[in-house]
Amino acid sequence: MINKPNNMMFRVFIRLIAVVVVTFSIYLFFSGHNAPGGGFIGGLMTAIAILVMYLVFGVSTIKESLPFNYTYMMSIGLLLAAFTGIISWIAGYPYLKQFFDYFQLPLFGEVELTTALIFDLGVYLLVVGAAMTFILTIVEDDS
Amino acid sequence: MEIVMSAVIGLLFAVAVYLMFSRNILRVLIGTLLLSHSVHLILLTMAGLQRGAPPLLFLEAGSYTDPLPQALILTAIVINFGITAFVSVLVYRTYQEHKSVDLYDMRGAKDE
Amino acid sequence: MTLLHIAVLAPFLFALLVPFLFKYLRKIHTGWFVMIVPLVLFIYFVSYLPTTSDGHTVMKRFEWVPSLGINFDLYVDGLSLLFALLITGIGTLVILYSIYYLAGKKERLNHFYVYILLFMGAMLGVVLSDNIIVLYVFWEVTSISSALLISYWYTKDASVYGAQKSMYVTVFGGLTMLGGFSLLYVMAETFSIREMIAGSDIIMNHELFLPAMILVLVGAFTKSAQFPFHIWLPDAMEAPTPVSAYLHSATMVKAGIYLVARMTPVFGGGAEWFWIITSFGIFTMLWGGISALRQKDLKAILAFSTISQLGMIMSLLGAGSAAFYYMDGDNALYTTAILAAVFHLINHATFKGSLFMVAGIIDHETGTRDIRKLGGLMTIMPISATLSVIGLAAMAGLPPFNGFLSKELFFTGIMNVVQYDMWNGDTIGFILPVIAWIASIFTFTYSAIIFFRTFRGKFKPDMLPVKKVHEAPIGMLISPIILVLAVLVISIFPNMLAYTVIEPAMMSILPGILSEGSSFYVDIYHWHGINLELTMTIGVVIIGTILYMTMDKWSKLGIYQKEQDIITTVYDYGYDALIKGSQLITRAQMTGMLRDYLVYMLIFIVGLMTYTMFRFEGFHFSMENASDIDLFMYVILATLSVTIILLPKVNNRMTAIILAGFVGFLVAFIFTVFRAPDLALTQLMVETVSVILFMAVFYHLPNLTKDNIAPLTKSINIVVAGMSGLMVTFVSISAFTYGQMTPFEAISQYFIENSKSLGGGYNMVNVILVDFRGLDTMLELLVLGIAALGVISLIKLRVGESDDV
Repeated sequence: MINKPNNMMFRVFIRLIAVVVVTFSIYLFFSGHNAPGGGFIGGLMTAIAILVMYLVFGVSTIKESLPFNYTYMMSIGLLLAAFTGIISWIAGYPYLKQFFDYFQLPLFGEVELTTALIFDLGVYLLVVGAAMTFILTIVEDDS
Repeated sequence: MEIVMSAVIGLLFAVAVYLMFSRNILRVLIGTLLLSHSVHLILLTMAGLQRGAPPLLFLEAGSYTDPLPQALILTAIVINFGITAFVSVLVYRTYQEHKSVDLYDMRGAKDE
Repeated sequence: MTLLHIAVLAPFLFALLVPFLFKYLRKIHTGWFVMIVPLVLFIYFVSYLPTTSDGHTVMKRFEWVPSLGINFDLYVDGLSLLFALLITGIGTLVILYSIYYLAGKKERLNHFYVYILLFMGAMLGVVLSDNIIVLYVFWEVTSISSALLISYWYTKDASVYGAQKSMYVTVFGGLTMLGGFSLLYVMAETFSIREMIAGSDIIMNHELFLPAMILVLVGAFTKSAQFPFHIWLPDAMEAPTPVSAYLHSATMVKAGIYLVARMTPVFGGGAEWFWIITSFGIFTMLWGGISALRQKDLKAILAFSTISQLGMIMSLLGAGSAAFYYMDGDNALYTTAILAAVFHLINHATFKGSLFMVAGIIDHETGTRDIRKLGGLMTIMPISATLSVIGLAAMAGLPPFNGFLSKELFFTGIMNVVQYDMWNGDTIGFILPVIAWIASIFTFTYSAIIFFRTFRGKFKPDMLPVKKVHEAPIGMLISPIILVLAVLVISIFPNMLAYTVIEPAMMSILPGILSEGSSFYVDIYHWHGINLELTMTIGVVIIGTILYMTMDKWSKLGIYQKEQDIITTVYDYGYDALIKGSQLITRAQMTGMLRDYLVYMLIFIVGLMTYTMFRFEGFHFSMENASDIDLFMYVILATLSVTIILLPKVNNRMTAIILAGFVGFLVAFIFTVFRAPDLALTQLMVETVSVILFMAVFYHLPNLTKDNIAPLTKSINIVVAGMSGLMVTFVSISAFTYGQMTPFEAISQYFIENSKSLGGGYNMVNVILVDFRGLDTMLELLVLGIAALGVISLIKLRVGESDDV
């Protein structure tokens, strides 16, 4: 939409900002289980970063550089979330029962891994996909 | 605090309802937004405000704020986001089809 | 799940196969397959005959909803076995008949046989269930299948009208009956008929006795077409004739009779039971007889005749309940009426079934059922003529046919009422035999009309749609021939049935009143000597003949010019008024405006809340536990209040969006203050994305304009909005105060304690979302996904572009 030629500084900075925002969103996503954050927040923040890029660089440019199909992203997210539930179901536990344990990983030290993280990843993907779909369908609608 | 909050929530609700009574579909949309805010705040207020630390266990506080309403509100916010998005797109399409945002004009009186 | 259960469910199960049989084996008429079901079931039920005729009963239990006392219990005794045999026996014959009646190429046989099987299974369920709730469920399925069969030729308006009418009347009765059953449950605290009979003393002396009885009777009367609910039966004749023969004369309409017989031990000792059933029955008999004379359509005459005969059986059941009052089963004075009822039930099924089938043959071969066009068929269709002579003679009560035997018993049973010294039987009871006698004259007359107008007189080939009229194919004649043979066999050896079928049935209608070692008086004779009954029959024949001879004179009377029943006129008028009235109300209320609907809803909710607050003292207010307010919160809340008050006044769309977004950010700030970091973050993100979304949408839309709303509407709006706001405030304060007052432990404590140990996370909100309440989140994702799909289909796929949205 806003696509003026004379905003050089803005364009340079927005790239940096977008990278920072995406990084921060990923941090929020991972810290979700133990600190404020999680799939919803991380997903929405990622969506905002992509949207900001769209605002600055225009629809066609970003569509080339970020060729995601957001509908697929939503489906994958939903399937992922449902899938974690089914695993525990097959194992004889109630649907969507989550498991966690602590592992000793090189470089990271002791890390807690939970199946809830996979579930949250599903949430993340779906939220990004849905938020982008909502806005892009309108923006791309020419008629 | 809770009493004052309740009053503000009532005001939010009243204005939201008033906006939804409007003929203009955009005002109705904004009304639904305000309505959801008021509902979120009511959920939070019911459980009592400012009681204990945020619901994060690593703070190791003696008492925590009730986490359940917060979880409920979080779900509500996201669902409300989905609904709002859908309704706004509906408004957009309605305008494309009917060239009007006036709810009185959009009544389906034709085929009745 | 026993064999008996499977027998009841077999028709339903077989119904599932019918569409496939119809589709893949089209060469063979589907009826041939379907016929196996009732035939096998008939043989199966015959195997129960020795058990019941020895006075034993069979009870099979299958637990369905044991916690509510609803069990699929099946109970076989004399009464239910009699009905089961009728259902399967007549069912076999009717299906055989239908194979020739419905042409395999043209008709939607798959539909027809599915409905028939549905009915058969449901009817078996009705008569064999011991649990009244199960009985009710099957009862409603018979109503539905009946309506489906009536509307089988759904392109005809009359079929649809008849189906609708029967549906309204019988389902209304079914629901009423359910009410009666609920009251019975309240009284007896059981759904089992067996246990109710055992506890009939409690029911008899309960204050709900009369309401329960009337409600149950409305159900029975609607089903068995008793006045004034009989109006649906003549219109049900739009169904194919096999259906009329099966449902609307032999079986379904007898479900009401069954229910009355079944409930006799429960309600039978009351005077109301006796008088209501006897008087409605006898009046229905008269009304049906009078109405039958007016009809010009063969099937319509038979329909009113069925109504009349059902009334007769009903009145006998009423009269026979006296045996319960006297608790005397040994004396034939009280039990003859029940004997007559059971005997006539069987007879009616045989002769009326054959008559319907012959009427169907005439319709099939000549193309019309109008008695003004028919005539002189005796020589052309000799077999059909013979069959109908026997059937009609039985119906008219001429000796030596079985109709005569049961008519004699009927006279005896009804005249016995005069000797009952209870419930005014000895004073005003004499009216009953008089009406019975008059009604029997009409029965004789319309039987004569049917015979002489169709088979005698002049043959009028030019008035018939079919040019070459001939006798029906042999396949079509088999079923009526079998039924007529049954009539003849019963006529000659009436006592063959007496001890095998009738006595067990009587024992289940009148249980526990026989003295030790004695039995019911069930002997049926042709010749009793010259007594009052015989004189009455002779009178019927003489006056009936005179009536028929003078028909040309009295049929010119005003009442005989109209074919339509007066009750039908009332029904039609009421139906129209109902539709017009509801349209009026709907139009007045459904304005198509969102605002109006919201106003209705909010006024209702506010009213309800106000009532609750006053009624249950729901409003609580206490400052005690309220937390303190920081100074900056005053600023925040004041800013929020000003912003939201300003919002309705804004006329610039961008300003409106920004203000709405501002409110959202303020709410996020409030979340932060109230120790909800996750909420604050989410709210911030959502608000940002929403603002971008609104920008994108509103960009394409026109600017906001000042609302042009009438001043009165506007003030109503303000008042309603203000009231709702106040209500929300009160609810919020009460909920908070009440929550602080009551010392129950919040479930949140569980989450606080376990989110680390069970969920493995420190952020309780997140643990609740992804672990404890994972399914909620899962569904929430689904909502979001569906919303996104909706957006895509609205914009990209342009759903409904061609339609007028």
